Amino acid sequence: MAELNPLRWWRSLLAAPNTSPLKTLVVALMVALVCAVVVSVTAVTLRPLQQANLAAERQARMQEMLANLPGVEDLISGAGGGSLDVVLVDLDTGEPVENMDPATFDQRAAAADPATSREIPEEADIARLKRRSNFAPVIAVRRAGELALLVLPVHGAGYESQLYGYLAIEGDLNTIAALTFYEHGETPGIGARIADPEWEQLWPGTEIADAEGNLRVEVVRGRATEPYQVAGLTGATRTSTGVSNLVRFWLGEYGFGPFLERLKSGEIKL
Amino acid sequence: MRRYYDLVLRPLIDENPITLQILGICSALAVTTSVSTALTMSVAVTVTVVLSSAAVSLIRNHIPPSIRMIVQITIVASLVIVIDQFLKAYAFEMSKQLSIYVFLIVTNCMVMGRIEAFAMRNPVGPSVLDALGNSLGYSLVLLIVGSIRELFGTGNLLGYSVFPTVADGGWFEPLSLMLLAPSAFFIIGVLIWLIRALRPAQIEEPDFALVAEHEEARS
Repeated sequence: MAELNPLRWWRSLLAAPNTSPLKTLVVALMVALVCAVVVSVTAVTLRPLQQANLAAERQARMQEMLANLPGVEDLISGAGGGSLDVVLVDLDTGEPVENMDPATFDQRAAAADPATSREIPEEADIARLKRRSNFAPVIAVRRAGELALLVLPVHGAGYESQLYGYLAIEGDLNTIAALTFYEHGETPGIGARIADPEWEQLWPGTEIADAEGNLRVEVVRGRATEPYQVAGLTGATRTSTGVSNLVRFWLGEYGFGPFLERLKSGEIKL
Repeated sequence: MRRYYDLVLRPLIDENPITLQILGICSALAVTTSVSTALTMSVAVTVTVVLSSAAVSLIRNHIPPSIRMIVQITIVASLVIVIDQFLKAYAFEMSKQLSIYVFLIVTNCMVMGRIEAFAMRNPVGPSVLDALGNSLGYSLVLLIVGSIRELFGTGNLLGYSVFPTVADGGWFEPLSLMLLAPSAFFIIGVLIWLIRALRPAQIEEPDFALVAEHEEARS
């Protein structure tokens, strides 16, 4: 006879042998339910804190990079009469996007959503991204009305993780001013040296393309012999290659290439 | 009373989960590059083992044998997710360094080992003490390995310079090998050797005797 009093039903269930199929089912469900509630409550209540942490990290790396560049500190503090703007760029056309707020744009979420991203053809996908967002935020630093610095967010595959960083280009659009990584999971002491100041300081002054406009910048093994080259990290060949590829990808046709072209030719002004 | 002390104290050296039971080695290799990561991992593992032992012990009489492991893993995994969320919210820098190793606490053999061997058969109180003892034993080894690796790998301890390195104008040339996983193997190996030299009772009987080749040929 089915028991209708829930309390008594519960007691009879607890008294049932552990091998009973009904009890097995009920115990499994109860454990799953309690665990699910505990996990979701923590995740939801802690989410605002976690997102604030992530945003602070991005901000800190950006500030740090900008602060290390000559002359930019004055700009940020407002003494040099300069300004700092975030512009959203349509990567396919190279045009600035007017009707969206760059502050609320989440590039990672956009890259994961088929509606706001595009697939990269396999042969062009040297940074091994598979997809990239249609839009990307760009930071323009101006000095006395002239573009002094352009900061581009870049990312791509390293040896054992995704590398996320910022690439700063000088106003001539052909000289790298800085490269910094704010998030990666490379081997400590080996690939992780990409975020060390010793390596970051090799980047300023590196030229991007030659006089014919061919993309030449790369990380090489051993010594850098040309102005387009940066010496790779010894023992971290695959991480170095990953950095090389992601820089070339984001400066190329599927990255900020079209945007930089149009800036250079003067079709658009920032 | 003595019995309860034993539950906490014996796993520190005499029944240490890493050096005697050889459990939880994987994370001991991965997170001991510095003292701070080892310390955070120790706290995370201690919280997981203690809470999951308590939870499993609480419902031990009602866990159906057919889904025993699944119930245990569900409880451990949920606790690990909760801990990871807390780390991401309150110790963001640390969570970046520990990355996936926090999730790998689920597969830490020590956690399942204590639950299966002890919490399934004992009341909540002793289970918690046993879990605490074992995680303290685990933490002890992690901290020893972490200190050695950070000191010789970078010249620092907890981020403070102890041996001034050549790069900073001192005399100490950091041993990069110490930052790689194999060095943890060597250090744990030496620890096990030391403990067994001091406590011969821990030396195990070989499962198989060595057979000399010519003897084998004759028989």
